[in-house]
Amino acid sequence: MTYLLAILIGALFSAGLYMMMRRSLVKILIGLLLLSNAVNLLIFTAGRLVPGRPPLIPAGAELPEAPFADPLPQALILTAIVISFGVAAFAIVLIRQTYQKIGTDDLNELRCTDLPCSMEIEEPAAEKEGQ
Amino acid sequence: MIALLFSGILLSILFPLLNRHRARLSYLLLLVYPLLVSLYLIRRVNMDNPIAASLPWVPSLEISLSFRLDGLSLIFSLLISAIGFLILVYAGEYLRGYPLTGRFFSFLTLFMTSMLGLVWADNLITLFVFWELTSITSYLLIGYDHEDQQARKAALQALLITAGGGLALLAGLVLMGQAAGTFEISQINQKGQLIRESNLYPLILLAIFAGAFTKSAQFPFHFWLPGAMAAPTPVSAYLHSATMVKAGIYLLARLYPALAGTEAWQYTLLGVGLITFLAGSLLALPQTDLKKILAYSTVAALGLLVMLLGIGSGLAVKTAVVYLFAHSLYKGGLFLVAGGVDHAVHTRQVDQLGGLGKAMPLTAFGAALCGLSAIGFIPTLGFVAKELVYELILAFPQGALLTALAVLAFTALTAVSGWVFALPFWQKNRQKPLQAHENSSPLWGPPALLGMAGILLAVFIPQTGSSLIGPAVESILSSPQPVTLKLWHGLTPMFVLSLFTILAGALVYTVRIPFQRAIGGLHARLSAIGPQRLFDLGLEGLKKFAVLQTRILQNGYLRIYLITIILTTVALTGINILKSPGGLDLPAWQPPRFYDVVLAGVVLAAVLAVVSASSRLATVAILGLIGFTIALIYLLFGAPDLAMVQFAIETLAVILFILVIYRLPKFARITSRPARMLDILVALSGGALVTLLVLWITSRPFTSHLTPYFVENSLPLAKGRNVVNVILVDFRALDTLGEISVLAIAAIGVFALVELNLDKSLFPSQRALINKVRSMILPTAVRYLMPLLLIFSVFLLLRGHNEVGGGFVGGLVAASALMLYAIAVSPQALLRLLPASPRHLIGLGLLVALASGALGIFQGLPYMTGLWLSDPLPVFGKIGSPVLFDVGVFIAVIGVSLHILIALAEDGES
Repeated sequence: MTYLLAILIGALFSAGLYMMMRRSLVKILIGLLLLSNAVNLLIFTAGRLVPGRPPLIPAGAELPEAPFADPLPQALILTAIVISFGVAAFAIVLIRQTYQKIGTDDLNELRCTDLPCSMEIEEPAAEKEGQ
Repeated sequence: MIALLFSGILLSILFPLLNRHRARLSYLLLLVYPLLVSLYLIRRVNMDNPIAASLPWVPSLEISLSFRLDGLSLIFSLLISAIGFLILVYAGEYLRGYPLTGRFFSFLTLFMTSMLGLVWADNLITLFVFWELTSITSYLLIGYDHEDQQARKAALQALLITAGGGLALLAGLVLMGQAAGTFEISQINQKGQLIRESNLYPLILLAIFAGAFTKSAQFPFHFWLPGAMAAPTPVSAYLHSATMVKAGIYLLARLYPALAGTEAWQYTLLGVGLITFLAGSLLALPQTDLKKILAYSTVAALGLLVMLLGIGSGLAVKTAVVYLFAHSLYKGGLFLVAGGVDHAVHTRQVDQLGGLGKAMPLTAFGAALCGLSAIGFIPTLGFVAKELVYELILAFPQGALLTALAVLAFTALTAVSGWVFALPFWQKNRQKPLQAHENSSPLWGPPALLGMAGILLAVFIPQTGSSLIGPAVESILSSPQPVTLKLWHGLTPMFVLSLFTILAGALVYTVRIPFQRAIGGLHARLSAIGPQRLFDLGLEGLKKFAVLQTRILQNGYLRIYLITIILTTVALTGINILKSPGGLDLPAWQPPRFYDVVLAGVVLAAVLAVVSASSRLATVAILGLIGFTIALIYLLFGAPDLAMVQFAIETLAVILFILVIYRLPKFARITSRPARMLDILVALSGGALVTLLVLWITSRPFTSHLTPYFVENSLPLAKGRNVVNVILVDFRALDTLGEISVLAIAAIGVFALVELNLDKSLFPSQRALINKVRSMILPTAVRYLMPLLLIFSVFLLLRGHNEVGGGFVGGLVAASALMLYAIAVSPQALLRLLPASPRHLIGLGLLVALASGALGIFQGLPYMTGLWLSDPLPVFGKIGSPVLFDVGVFIAVIGVSLHILIALAEDGES
């Protein structure tokens, strides 16, 4: 299964990266979601796969029955899943507002919203005095 | 000493405030400060031992705010405080009616304090801090007239050069501290041998020279100083002639015992100093602006001082101290005279000046006193200094050439001094006569006092020598050095030379115009390749380079950034994997279980579909499919907690998407086909790297140090049987607290973005999907379903510590239930139903989580220590502060989810 999961993670990464390289904003968001799933699985697999046994201590015992799955990556991933929801929500709203305000979802057209696209360094004060 | 410094800094900070309300009082307070410092210093003249004081600053790095007042510091700080007082008096009148004087005096006081700190510092780092402070205040003062482009440019140039040198100096000082094993200057100076023999010595010397030469305007860095004349005249007199530019000289003198005595020291200083001395004095000749003349002659004087320290005999050091003292007094005074003339007749051009002696007798008087010292006329300190210089040079082996050069330079200096102190007053004006009247006493008083000081100190030269010059020389050489000075030596060769210079200078003085034309022409031709021009070109080049590299690196195309990042990562990581010991040995192949293959196949197919999908709704559905399949994978590999959370999140995510999806742009295929092919290749290489990485990681032996600890202590210490939940709410509860705070911030961000009322006219509001659901069955069913789900979510929360469940998943289930109600009935109905708004729920959740951690504090335990009731309660089971923490998480997660979703749902309705 390690091989299968490794390929799966690779595929999710490829798809996520590919989507993030698109110029359409929504596709970038989808890429983000794919990547966060991929990273969670990556951490999960890196903690080693143990089929079946969750890290629960049965009643009357002091330790979980070995072999059990590593609880540490699980704790990490659990919060990561919830936070990725928060991030996705924020990103969606950001994209929507950007689209509404600027009227385009083409990233290349968003290059010049903060600064003028021609990046000549000018000294406005100097020009004024030069007159 | 430390108190004096801090009060100076405090005064400079408070002054602008005070000045706004009590202008006169604050100005008087300002004058008291240098007087106090002067009194403090005068009482320490003829002290037996240096005074030291120290405050710890960064003890771990052996850096302390330590200060030490010895002979050298004393003479410098006396000049700083006494001249500083006169400058403040002068500037108060000179700048009457100027804007922003509060700021000006604040900078000036800050400068004075920094300069005092610089000469008192006994720690290399402390010295450096004050050194930089003087550079910065100098920048601010040169650019005081910030509406003048020329002033801004000059200020920036001075800052770039002195601060650039400062950086080199810092490196030098740190190296020196390392070579000596201490940062305390007084100890370093006792370890001179160690430093001079260290491998670092050439580097140290180079760096420290770079600092000193830039600050003290040595060739080829001299050009910032004439530029700095854009500052108001009091600043020129104070910073750029009497004190700050001598900081480099001070540094060389201070570190003399540690660094001097080698050939590198001697020849470098001698060479650079001599060139600067000659260049400064000759370049002063073609100038017509009084201040520029003085600036170049200051450059010359600084060159001479560097040269003297380079020669470095007892006599040379003594000469340097006397000359420095004399120069500070007369040059400061002459600047003030130039300012006074400017103030009275509004010009500083020698060509337009003349005949002011009658109208301005008192200014002329001060000018004459300073001028006599400047040309070295008996009985002034300048005369003593000049004789000493000649005495030294005549005794020099092969001194003939040097003597000739010195005579040349001194002749030029004498002539230009004459143009400043004599020409405006006693030469007949060839142009139209000037309307002039005498300035008020604050303007003519200070230069006259400085001139008188120069004469008095010379008349009482034996006392000056023993109580001021002697101790300074002694601290430079760090050996007892009896200094006896005399005013009159009789008719010696030195005296003859001195007299000759004055006469030759007088000759040049009279034939000013042809001289100026000749040298001016030469200078104009040379300046095409001069350091000023090189500096300008360098600055231009730097700016062009910045634009160029910004254009290449910060091109604004996300795609190109990503390609760069991916390819770089692939290349670097790939190389390292292949190079790692053992290379790439893959884990053993185990035949996969049947359902593993099915799950993987589903995800792979879904991934392919999502990449090529063109419908938004289909994409959302496929993303959901991927998420649910991954949840199943978690379930299969012993992570039921993760599976549940993933299920719950996928549910909420679908709701989220449905709420906004029709207000998102449609998918468009914009990129061209070849570009897409490239992207596919890059993305595949990134994915392949990750696959390789996973295989590589899992093939290594794995020992975790944390997991055994968590597992073994979960039950005894944290009283929980679900180790994942115990890690979240107990062992790493602080991290979890941070994470729910992040969620809260995301929710607030979403809310803020939605509420941000951007121009919506572009897209006529579309009705949200949420109100289109008009079914009879759903609302009815929800009325029964929702309470059941809520009870289930509380059940999940409470059992979470021992079984699968917990605050996160419980909160998500509860949020889903409530959102179901919002969809079936309406968001408003849900809000009416809730006991508190989602926003308040977030706050409440965070508060509960915070408070649960604080319980331990009352028992003197660290924050977030878990506390447990000894007996389990019915229904709830064992209760402790981690359970309470989980309740906080539960409430916060409900709040966050609802806050986000309802904000979006309501947005659609407006």
